[in-house]
Amino acid sequence: MTDSRTSDLETADLETFRNETRAWLEANCPLEMRKPATSDADVFWGGRNAKFSSEPQRIWFERMRDKGWTVPDWPKEYGGGGLSAAEHKVLRAEMAKIGARPPLSSFGIWMLGPALLKYGNDAQKKEHLPKIAAGEIRWCQGYSEPNAGSDLASLQTRAESDGDDFVITGQKIWTSYANYADWIFCLVRTDPAAKKHDGISFILFDMTSKGVSTKPILLISGYSPFCETFFDGVRVPKSHVVGTVNRGWDVAKYLLQHERAMISGMGERGVGRPLGQIAADSVGSDALGRLDDAMLRGQIASFDVDEAALAACAERAVDLAKAGQAHPAFSSAMKYYGTELNKRRYEILMSAGGVDALEWESERSKQGARPRAWLRTKANSIEGGTSEVMLGIVAKRILDLPGA
Amino acid sequence: MALVLTEEQSMLRDSARGLISDKAPVSHLRHLRDSKDPTGFSKEFWQSFAEMGFAGLLVPEEFGGSGLGYVEAGVVMEEIGRTLMPSPFLATSVVAASALNRGGNAAQKSEYLPKIASGSLLATLAIDEGAKHRPLQTSLQALRAGNGFKLSGAKALVVDGHVADLFIVAARTAGSAGERDGLTLFLVNPKAKGVAIERTIMVDAHNAARIEFANVEVTADSVLGEVDQAASLLDGVLDIGGGAVAAEMVGLSDEVFGRTVEYLKSRKQFGKLIGEFQALQHRAAELYVDIEITRAAVMKALQALDADVVKAASAVAVAKARAGTTATRAVQEGVQMHGGMGMTDQFDIGFFMKRARVCEELFGDANYHTEQLARARGY
Ligand SMILES: Cc1cc2nc3c(=O)[nH]c(=O)nc-3n(C[C@H](O)[C@H](O)[C@H](O)COP(=O)(O)OP(=O)(O)OC[C@H]3O[C@@H](n4cnc5c(N)ncnc54)[C@H](O)[C@@H]3O)c2cc1C
Ligand SMILES: Cc1cc2nc3c(=O)[nH]c(=O)nc-3n(C[C@H](O)[C@H](O)[C@H](O)COP(=O)(O)OP(=O)(O)OC[C@H]3O[C@@H](n4cnc5c(N)ncnc54)[C@H](O)[C@@H]3O)c2cc1C
Repeated sequence: MTDSRTSDLETADLETFRNETRAWLEANCPLEMRKPATSDADVFWGGRNAKFSSEPQRIWFERMRDKGWTVPDWPKEYGGGGLSAAEHKVLRAEMAKIGARPPLSSFGIWMLGPALLKYGNDAQKKEHLPKIAAGEIRWCQGYSEPNAGSDLASLQTRAESDGDDFVITGQKIWTSYANYADWIFCLVRTDPAAKKHDGISFILFDMTSKGVSTKPILLISGYSPFCETFFDGVRVPKSHVVGTVNRGWDVAKYLLQHERAMISGMGERGVGRPLGQIAADSVGSDALGRLDDAMLRGQIASFDVDEAALAACAERAVDLAKAGQAHPAFSSAMKYYGTELNKRRYEILMSAGGVDALEWESERSKQGARPRAWLRTKANSIEGGTSEVMLGIVAKRILDLPGA
Repeated sequence: MALVLTEEQSMLRDSARGLISDKAPVSHLRHLRDSKDPTGFSKEFWQSFAEMGFAGLLVPEEFGGSGLGYVEAGVVMEEIGRTLMPSPFLATSVVAASALNRGGNAAQKSEYLPKIASGSLLATLAIDEGAKHRPLQTSLQALRAGNGFKLSGAKALVVDGHVADLFIVAARTAGSAGERDGLTLFLVNPKAKGVAIERTIMVDAHNAARIEFANVEVTADSVLGEVDQAASLLDGVLDIGGGAVAAEMVGLSDEVFGRTVEYLKSRKQFGKLIGEFQALQHRAAELYVDIEITRAAVMKALQALDADVVKAASAVAVAKARAGTTATRAVQEGVQMHGGMGMTDQFDIGFFMKRARVCEELFGDANYHTEQLARARGY
């Protein structure tokens, strides 16, 4: 009964693609890259100063880059793989099947790229997209400010016109990896007199520009993945504005949809082994193979139900988008659920680990990998827009509730 | 396969929705309840349902059906959930038809399936015995007697039990309660000697019955599938039933939610629409997310059933568990956000709450399915 839906030809082509992809991955994905990254060092972020943490990481990255599969669905002319949505889904599924890591992680891929593809001009796309695909330039996101968090549109960083340039002065905060990034995509106020959403521009510049400085902030996890970022009269050509001057809010919102979709994926991203097995190692099992902690077992099972359901919903979200039936605010719904679920995952992991999950500094604990990861997940429901803000967006834009 | 309805499936949904909302809105259930209707559903409507091809939706074309799949059955169940229409569709067209189609021999299929497709035969699975759905705990006894068997024991929550023309009875031919081996399915005529049927008036005003079997004689021909080996046939049939009820619960949840959101946009207190209060907005948004995630899980399960019933167990467990918690939340928020109105019988919301409670118990509740998933994953 499924036949008339996609033409037989398409189905056959897709099957061929699946088989070829499977064989290629089997031959080219190093075994070491077939398990989830457990620390930030395991993640390859690219950039001018990038270093590979291992030889397999380099091999995997280069092979995938050469196929355009760091960004499989981007057009080939920009260094992408040119895959259709259906092919991309197949690639993702095949990678998931062998547990293959993403070869390259970057804000360029997740956030800036999609925004440039939609709002960038030709020159901007040609300049920036291939370098993102090849992992040559690492980007950071300059949105939040000390007084503009959830209420992002109240941002105050000023960009004043001076001939062909803007001169930028102000402060950003929570700028992830600003101290490692090569370039920044940044929201600045270009018209202080306009209403708050109407005077914002979306602009790109090099982090080595004169007047840019960063200061790392220490997180509760003990790491410093983000910074305060200061701009003191930074000169940026006006040609670096993406989209129209003063219409940057459109670009900013569009980018946020992609950011949220990416963050919501955390809910599906496991830790390599099923929670039930991880828990069995520490709490033990009875003669029937059931965890020796009935309440924990129940929590894990409920979690597994929700995780599987979320995965189905994420798959459906992609399919809906492909069918042109997706609601643009749906990524907020997914972001809310995915991040709350990921926090639940780590609460369970901490509970399952018991005393062993409390060590902060030791070889045995891989320098406290688990408690640090647990604490890091608490930011999931804050970064990219808080859970409360996500629910507000759903209430207003999807449910159309009054005054939301 | 994409997790969205195809064009054909959308058309099926539209025609089911049109027919059901027109002929059997919630007031139809209310009328059946208030008039203490002896049948418990509209026979006339069931006939037109059959003429449109719905009764035989899962019946193969060679037996006069439409030969469609579980996704399509789910589409119809979801629409049934929107108006709570009492209908033999679940017991006869989904569960019994699947049992016969999957387990029946050539003679059994050609005798019963065409009648199901034409709407002239009502059939139902008699499985539960205790308070909770525990299929392996089946203890209704089938003792060999001559060429056939004699059945003794009792069943509960037999959907449409007082109007069915055919029972499919799960019985124990060997082993003891709890074991997989030793289960057998029998086709039993409700009019057979020794069958006592008590229609049970349920909280949701849908059909159910308790049935006692006192030395009911059946021939060897009436065995459906293999003697002692019904467990795997049952697994599949129960998963199909669970998937279908989960789809009904998605329809029910979505409908309650839609009505509740409308209420939030029309009821004023403190000089404002109550939908302006963030405390309610966020709860409504959470419920929306819950329903969408459950909808996807249910679609996934129905597609898995279409792909291979035998491999669909975990997907169905996820779907039915999610459907249970989501529907429970939807009806509770539905009543709560309607304030005093939600508590009145005059208002329809209560009907949804009652039906959701029954759907929870049908084919296993959320706890049962969550437990199944834990076992399947080996912890
Ligand atoms: C790990 C991490 C990485 C980040 N990376 C970046 C980055 O790279 N670039 C960047 O620009 N920003 C980044 N951020 C910043 C992030 O986007 C902001 O923290 C977030 O938008 C929330 O803003 P805030 O911290 O000012 O909190 P506030 O907006 O002050 O919120 C405080 C609390 O009030 C609640 N609240 C606020 N408004 C409402 C409302 N209308 N209704 C109900 N509740 C409300 C919030 O939900 C929250 O619980 C990062 C944050 C974290 C934690
Ligand atoms: C069984 C029963 C017995 C009763 N007995 C009596 C009695 O003996 N005498 C009597 O006088 N009354 C009685 N009542 C009425 C009862 O006090 C009201 O139903 C109750 O005060 C709620 O008012 P409402 O029904 O108009 O709901 P609404 O006020 O319309 O509320 C609808 C929903 O909006 C929510 N809501 C309203 N305002 C806000 C807000 N500012 N912020 C967030 N959410 C909000 C409510 O919590 C509710 O979920 C009874 C009600 C019931 C159900």
